[in-house]
Parts: sequence; C-alpha cells; structure tokens
Amino acid sequence: MGGSAKPSPSARAAHFGPFGGIFVPETLMAPLGEVAEAYESARADPEFQSELERYLRDYVGRPTALYPCRRLAEQCGGAKIYLKREDLAHTGSHKLNNVIGQGLLARRMGRKKLMAETGAGQHGVATATVAALFGMECDIYMGEEDVRRQALNVYRMRLLGARVIPITSGSRTLKDAINEAFRVWMATAETTYYLFGTAAGPHPYPTMVRDFQSVVGREAREQMLAHEGRLPDYLVACVGGGSNAIGLFHAFLEDDVRMVGVEAAGRGLATGEHAASLTAGSEGVLHGARSKILQTAEGQIRTTHSIAAGLDYPGVGPEHAHLQAVGRATYVGVTDSEALQAFDALTRLEGIMPALESAHAVAHAMELAAELSGDHIVLVNLSGRGDKDIAEVQRVLAEREK
Amino acid sequence: MSRISARFEELARAGDGALIVFVVAGHPDPETNAEVLLAVADGGADLVELGVPFSDPLADGAVIQAAAQRALTKQMTPARVLQAAAAFRAERDLPLVLMTCYNPICQFGLSAFARDAAAAGVDGVIVTDLPPEEAGEWVEVARANQLDTVFLLAPTSPPARVKKVVDLATGFVYCVSRMGVTGARDELPADLADLVGRIRGQTSKPIAVGFGISRPEHTAEVCRVADGAVVGSAVVSLIDREQGSAGLAREVRNFVNQLKRATRGAQGVDGRR
Repeated sequence: MGGSAKPSPSARAAHFGPFGGIFVPETLMAPLGEVAEAYESARADPEFQSELERYLRDYVGRPTALYPCRRLAEQCGGAKIYLKREDLAHTGSHKLNNVIGQGLLARRMGRKKLMAETGAGQHGVATATVAALFGMECDIYMGEEDVRRQALNVYRMRLLGARVIPITSGSRTLKDAINEAFRVWMATAETTYYLFGTAAGPHPYPTMVRDFQSVVGREAREQMLAHEGRLPDYLVACVGGGSNAIGLFHAFLEDDVRMVGVEAAGRGLATGEHAASLTAGSEGVLHGARSKILQTAEGQIRTTHSIAAGLDYPGVGPEHAHLQAVGRATYVGVTDSEALQAFDALTRLEGIMPALESAHAVAHAMELAAELSGDHIVLVNLSGRGDKDIAEVQRVLAEREK
Repeated sequence: MSRISARFEELARAGDGALIVFVVAGHPDPETNAEVLLAVADGGADLVELGVPFSDPLADGAVIQAAAQRALTKQMTPARVLQAAAAFRAERDLPLVLMTCYNPICQFGLSAFARDAAAAGVDGVIVTDLPPEEAGEWVEVARANQLDTVFLLAPTSPPARVKKVVDLATGFVYCVSRMGVTGARDELPADLADLVGRIRGQTSKPIAVGFGISRPEHTAEVCRVADGAVVGSAVVSLIDREQGSAGLAREVRNFVNQLKRATRGAQGVDGRR
C-alpha cells in the first residue's frame, strides 16, 4: 500500500484529479471567486492564522484528546483502538473547526450575516454558535424532514439567535437545503457569507474546509507518536460529505498508513436505501462539483437513507472520490444496525456515547481490530457526541422491540 | 449560418427584438406539452427554449422547480425530451434551444447528446451550471454537431469574464438580468441598459436578457436595449393555471402574442447592431 500511487493534489487548484471544479450558474461565479480570493489572502496572513489558533485553543477547546479504548479493544480481541475525541470539542463535534475558520474569514470580508445548510443540525449549531460569538445575524437552511427529526438541535439554534428556515422542496432533506441555500446566496452574497459545512460543493469549499479540518489529523499524528512512538496502521472515519475524514486523513497522506472511509450502507447496499456514494455511486455533477453521486441512469439525484442524518447525503467531497480512484484510501459501507451495535458497545464499554455518524466508523474499526493482531493500531475519528441522537436511538430500539 | 443566427439577423433588419419563450419539457404532461409548444410558436415566439427537467436545479425558482418535478413524475427523461424536440421540429421551423443542467447530459454522454439533439432538429443548448472554465469537452462535441453553445452572463461578471463568455458563445449571449433565481418579477432592474451596454461593448453577437421578465411592458423595454427577451416562469405559471382547461393552447397563444407584439419595432427601423 505504501508503494501505491500517492495523490499530489495541488493544494490550491480547483480540481482533485478529474474531480471537483466549479459547476454553478454564472450568478455564483463572482461570489465564489470572492470567497476563494479572500481565503487565499487570509491563509497567507500570519495574523489570521494566529487568531485562528487562538480561537481553536481557547474557544473550541483544542487540542482534543487521543484516547486508547482498552475495554473495547479487549472485546474485539485484536488491534489497539484509539479515538480522536472530536466529540469533546465545543458544540460536540468537529464541525466547529471549520466554522471558526470560515467565521473569521466572513468577518475579515466585512460580512454581517452568516448562512448555512444543515442536515443533522451539528453544522447549523456550530454556525449559529459562531454567529453569536461574532455578533452576526444567522440563517440556517434545513430540510423540513430534518427539522422534524432533529428538534433538539433546531431549538439549540434558535436559542443561539439563529433563524431556522425549513425547506419544503424536493426530498426535504440536506441536499434540498443546500440547493436552496445556494439559490438564496445568489441574490444576497454582497451582505451574506455562505458558510458551507463539508468538504464538498464548488471550489474553494472542498479545499478550504479540508484545510480548516486538517488540524484534526495534525494533532492526532503528533499525539499518536507521543503515545506509541509510531504512526497507526489504519485511520478510520465516517464519510457523509467527508469533512471529518479528510481532516483526519490529510496529515497522513504521505505516510505508510492505510485510510478507510466509512459510508452509510443504511438498510443494506442491496436494498438501494443507503447513502454510500463512493461504494455504490457513479461519477456525476452535484452541488457544483464533479464527484461520485447517487443517481438514476438518467442523471436524476436519488433519495438516500441513513439512520445518521449527517451521512444522509447523495454526494461526497471530490477529494475522497480522487483518493478512492488513485487507491490511496478505501471506502466501505456500514449499515444502520451495525452502527447501532457500535453505539451500544462504545457507550457500555467505554462510557463514551458517539454520534450515530461516528458510530459507523467505530463499527468498522471494531471489525478491523478483530481481524488484526495485537501489535496493530487503529485510529478512529470520533467526530461527534451522541446526545443529539438519543431520541432517535430510543425510537428505533422501541420499534425493534415491538 | 445557424437557424438561431439567421433569425436574429432577420429581426435586426426589421428593427424587432426577439421573443424567446421557455417551457419545461413534459410539463404538465408530455401530450399537453406538445400542444403548448405549438401554441408558443403560433403565438409568434421567435425562439423556443425547452427545459430538460432535473431534480436539483440550482438556478431555478419555485415555479420552474415545481414544473420540472411534475415532468419528472411523468418520466420525462432526456431521451424523451429529444423525442419531443423532434416532434416539434417536424411541425414548425423556428429555432429551438434546449436548456439543461450538466448532470443529465453527462449521464446521457456528452457526445451522444449533442449528436441526438442535432438529429432531433435542436439548434443550440444552454447548460446552466457549466461555466466556460469547465466547458471544453462540451463545446467541442457541440461544435462538431453544429449546435450553438449559449452561455450566461450575470450582473456581477467582471469585464475579463464577459470577454471570455462572449468569445465562447454562439447563437446568442444570455444575460441574466439580476442576481438570484428564475421567477416572475414586477419590475425590471434599473441598471439593465448599463448591464447590456457592458456586454455590447465586447461583442456584436446578439444579447438576450432573461430572469424576471414576465409582461409585454417588460419585453418591450428589454428589447429597446437588447436583442431579445426571455420569458419563462410567467408562461410556466400560465400553463399551471390553465392545465386541464380546453382553452390552454389559446391562452398560451394569446399571451405569447401579447409578449411578441411588444417587441415589434422596439429597436427602431435600422436595428441597433
């Protein structure tokens, strides 16, 4: 594997191999160009970088811990399992890493208002949080179906002062919230910053979000060397749009470390009710980028299913499509049931309740650890905590007991 | 010379602006849509834009989104859109342009789509989410099949971009009148003449203005500064309102006729270009 083709994505280009790019109406070209330009200038500015570092340390609570799961590993009976504890970051997930970065950028650009899409509500909560912190207005676009499923996060956003706008078009989930957010931004970009939540969408978002999230991998790499004196054998992270996974992977791209992204196999890949764009999708253009997407033979976007709202998305970030195509990372599916079992195992054995999204990664890590001998190390990105999912878990378990 | 260019030249000689009418293919159902297209032609439209329905169109407002959803429930695939285009071409001579998002034609195969569109009698294609930067392959196959490639410009497109777009566009240049999605508006933007003037300074190709143009007063005013006006959502709304009524085709014909009459002589006897 170490000898396999290494990707060399030029950090600033709009493309990752044949993937990525900017496929948007002309009305979005200028706003996106302005964000890209402002980001490049901010990125090269030591003052911006030191302010970002300060906020990451004092507000987000970085570095987050790297934790060895002894009881969980013992039960699996194989490799060591480490968790990168993004669940301990402020607002309960890795999302704030990106939101603080883009929030600072929005402020630097003189914008007074933030807008964002959200599925599970974690990105919406993070954005509403930063809007409160910086004294900005905030509009969150959320599919009507997700507003219903994630009532707790909707209320959190409102408490933070954000306006939550339910979207009733299409399938009323994350993809429709993204469509609507882009439509609104076309007409409001002069005053409003669109704070995109994952490493997908048109350039510069996949690159910028990856840059802001790659603090996760940089920390984890250092911490792993401090704990074990060596790098892990495997990295495992869940993939919806792919921001927590690319954030973990990026610092390890040049290392001899295997990378596994875990997608939502929902009710099983064979049922068609899943959200596994990389493992079961095909090349296409959605939300401004060329990537792997779930679509019909005629190129219409399919509806998706996952127990984890944050993975319930028919596309994926273009850099993941590239890493898959060149063989640098592999991608697998984990079903709703397997994720629930992992949720239960991590909660009971370690006292850590993972988000259902992250539980997908834990499920695959457990399977992997069981196959490996004790001198191997598996590092899992625990991208979020599970409090938001308690009602959903309760509902699903009650249904199964019937 | 393409059918589109020929029509714009003919109109310019007469001092008329072009009336371009957009409808969503298969809306409200394929059979009715075929009648609507003929009514649009008979009402006096100079050019028809036929929209390929897509599940996730970024540039469309509520009216056209809903029409596309409805057409999709009637199984209006890109292949059926091409059949509808061919059926229309067998009946009428006016220029026909397809308006589509990129993904459906990617899945069809760019080269196959260009070939089949040309065979169906389509004259040009607008790919709404394909900026010139990404359009190399599409332009090549479209040119190989003698299809015009129409590109869009927005009020925020800087001069260097305007140049790039007008150089690549054939048939006409589509100028988006305002920032935002498609949909009928009461007023035209105040800076429309400036906007068109900035494009005019860089090209002699025809310029059509769309987005938010919904009434005869609008088509008249647009055609005083531009070479054509595109009306979409207002026609789609009329189809929504009148669907199922025996008078649908007549209503469409009458509305299109009012829109068209307003463009006559809008440019003065010598034209402007």
